[in-house]
Amino acid sequence: MSSDTATTATTADPGAIPGDEAHEAHHPTDASYIKIALVLALITAAEVGTYYVPGLEENTPLLLLVLLPMMVVKFTIVARSFMHLKFDNPLFTRVFLGGLILATIVWLITLATFQFF
Amino acid sequence: MVDTATVVETPSAGHVPSVHSPKPGEHDWTYTGLSNEKLAMWTFLGTECLLFGGLISTYLLYKTRVPDTLPVEQQVAPADLYDIPFTSASSFILLMSSLTMVLAVAGISRGDHRQTRTWLLATAVLGGIFLAGQVYEFTAFVSEGMGFTTNVAASAFFTLTGFHGVHVSIGVIMLMSLLAMSLRGKLPSSKADTVEIVGLYWHFVDVIWILIFTVVYLIP
Repeated sequence: MSSDTATTATTADPGAIPGDEAHEAHHPTDASYIKIALVLALITAAEVGTYYVPGLEENTPLLLLVLLPMMVVKFTIVARSFMHLKFDNPLFTRVFLGGLILATIVWLITLATFQFF
Repeated sequence: MVDTATVVETPSAGHVPSVHSPKPGEHDWTYTGLSNEKLAMWTFLGTECLLFGGLISTYLLYKTRVPDTLPVEQQVAPADLYDIPFTSASSFILLMSSLTMVLAVAGISRGDHRQTRTWLLATAVLGGIFLAGQVYEFTAFVSEGMGFTTNVAASAFFTLTGFHGVHVSIGVIMLMSLLAMSLRGKLPSSKADTVEIVGLYWHFVDVIWILIFTVVYLIP
């Protein structure tokens, strides 16, 4: 076990679950969470800002091009950082993504069936 | 330092196993090596994607279906009544409740119960403010003449946002329950997983609102 692939964590609380030290050692600090929230707030502000851009509301393709990526970025940041998918076992990501991808497919099929596009 | 330290390996795939993983027969042992409760919550959230996917697609299909054959007072579509600045403020509040929730989870992971209680309360209060905003919005829509049965577009809108509101309400109840448990000393650090699982639910409610806010409110 080389030093660069090992993490040493002290046991801060006698009641803590064994293994949580490792869990915690790989999670961001409170300051990092606040920075992530600021990024999310900025993206939200940019999303809302599109509402005030003259003429953009009539240009739906451009609006979709601007808003959908921002929505996906916000979704991904919350899921990876706040829901800890970035640090947890990949099985959790697979289970959640499985549902999400299936939902998206069902959603698209339903919309296509009713000639939404 | 060596005596009080726990050495763990950092695997390539991001999973963090521990040399203290419970053995078969021990209290916390599971077949997968993962928390069964957490895996169950992730599976539940996966199925919730299907529920909200169905509700969002239904809204998209019906949002403009306001038949001319209806009386004039019933020809009101949800998009005609949106108050984007107000909903933006609500969305921001719900987004910030995700920050307070993750700080509560971080607090209990460190054994800092005071921080945990503070942030749990803050999250519940922010969730309550969001719900109050939703009640205000619904009341305003009804007073403008758009009730649940006014037309199919209104029904789809109220069903989608109402379901989300019910999820937020359940989340607030769970948060208040955790806070009460903590105040009564029944939420030790060994139950940090419980707070994290409630946190997963709360963050999910937030990410669903990220979708609803963009797809329903911001895209005409």
